[in-house]
Amino acid sequence: MSKIAVKMTVNGQAVEAAVEPRVLLIHFLRENLGLTGPHVGCETSHCGACTVDLDGRSVKSCTVFAVQAEGANITTVEGMANADGTLSALQEGFMQEHGLQCGYCTPGMIMRAHRLLQENSNPSDDEIRMGLSGNLCRCTGYQNIVKAVRYAADKMNGQREAAE
Amino acid sequence: MIPGAFEYHRPGSVDEVVALLTKHGDEGRVVAGGHSLIPMMKLRLAVPTHLIDLGSVADLKNIKAAGSAIEIGAMTTQHDLIASDLLAEACPILREVALTIADPQVRYCGTVGGNVANGDPGNDMPAVMQCLDASFVLKGPGGKRQVAAREFYEAAYFTARKDDEILTSISIPTPAFGHGYAYEKLKRKVGDYAIAAAAVVLTMDGGTCKSAAVALTNVGDTPIYAEAAGQALVGTAVDEAAIAKASAAAKAAAKPAADMRGPQEYKSHAAGVMVGRAIKRALARAKR
Repeated sequence: MSKIAVKMTVNGQAVEAAVEPRVLLIHFLRENLGLTGPHVGCETSHCGACTVDLDGRSVKSCTVFAVQAEGANITTVEGMANADGTLSALQEGFMQEHGLQCGYCTPGMIMRAHRLLQENSNPSDDEIRMGLSGNLCRCTGYQNIVKAVRYAADKMNGQREAAE
Repeated sequence: MIPGAFEYHRPGSVDEVVALLTKHGDEGRVVAGGHSLIPMMKLRLAVPTHLIDLGSVADLKNIKAAGSAIEIGAMTTQHDLIASDLLAEACPILREVALTIADPQVRYCGTVGGNVANGDPGNDMPAVMQCLDASFVLKGPGGKRQVAAREFYEAAYFTARKDDEILTSISIPTPAFGHGYAYEKLKRKVGDYAIAAAAVVLTMDGGTCKSAAVALTNVGDTPIYAEAAGQALVGTAVDEAAIAKASAAAKAAAKPAADMRGPQEYKSHAAGVMVGRAIKRALARAKR
């Protein structure tokens, strides 16, 4: 099958490539762009390890074709650090609260939590759990992941108040 | 898991979609949110040679009040349903149902049109649309036609939609002001399909039930509109006896198959229990 030209913006960079229509976004990100932050976990849209931000939505990039992302603005975990290279509040939260053990689910967790906090800047623990219900972690038991997101929310809210 | 090769089309209008479907026959499939189709393609259980992406088709993504009905475009996502103020006010059962479907990521992509048109008995919206007496608007080479949700489902993955038609929107008669509603879904974990689920919409006039509709998810080859269960409530005070009668009627209407979610007896029983719980919650929400 012939390749199709796609254009998108990934972590602020314009990207152009020719891809076979059946190439999944996760493979495009990892293999064409070398962005190995998004992980291939279950490949069945259950585990959320491949989660990226696509036009303001968290999506499982194993269940989207790269051609469907034509013109999209995508952020992967590689685009999550602050502009000066320091860790963002969420990344810092996962470090400070021990929100990971093996780390395999972490990029997906961070990307999903990022969108959750954009939509709800002060979620309850229940809302965090429901918000992350599409992301599986087999190590932590989730408690410290919830704490990590809480940490980030508190820090971001504190910065917001300090700026006002 | 890599899907089979296909040719990709991204039409901009419904007419172009219909033309592509007419041209490619059963080798063509439309993809909306893709969260049912793409997993099937990865397993090579679906191998369309022409994939027609609805992502750029104008006018399929909207929720609007149209006279005495609510019109929902086929490409409206579950996330859009949850976020809609119009639906929260006029038809809140849709939000309640959407929140039980899959997980947040899937709800950003999964569409209401795909959910009702796919014909998967595990999908939640078909029974709810039957409960609400919604109609589906289909467009094909011969023009538009409308099919009642209660008439649409023929067997698992077989519906009244023809191969060269697409479902463009759903029309829901606006439920009466003050109606009670509930969707009760028994499932093993977040994101799972129902073991059994029940949708109930009812209206009360003082202490008497004026109208009631009950429909069931995933206890048959198709969604099941349990007409007798609704009738068992109308004219009663929706007391324990009436609820027991409605639950028994729903249980009798259920035709589940045994699978990893349980044996037939268990699923039928669960359907009756879900109906009972949904009626009680709907009643508590109904204005007298």
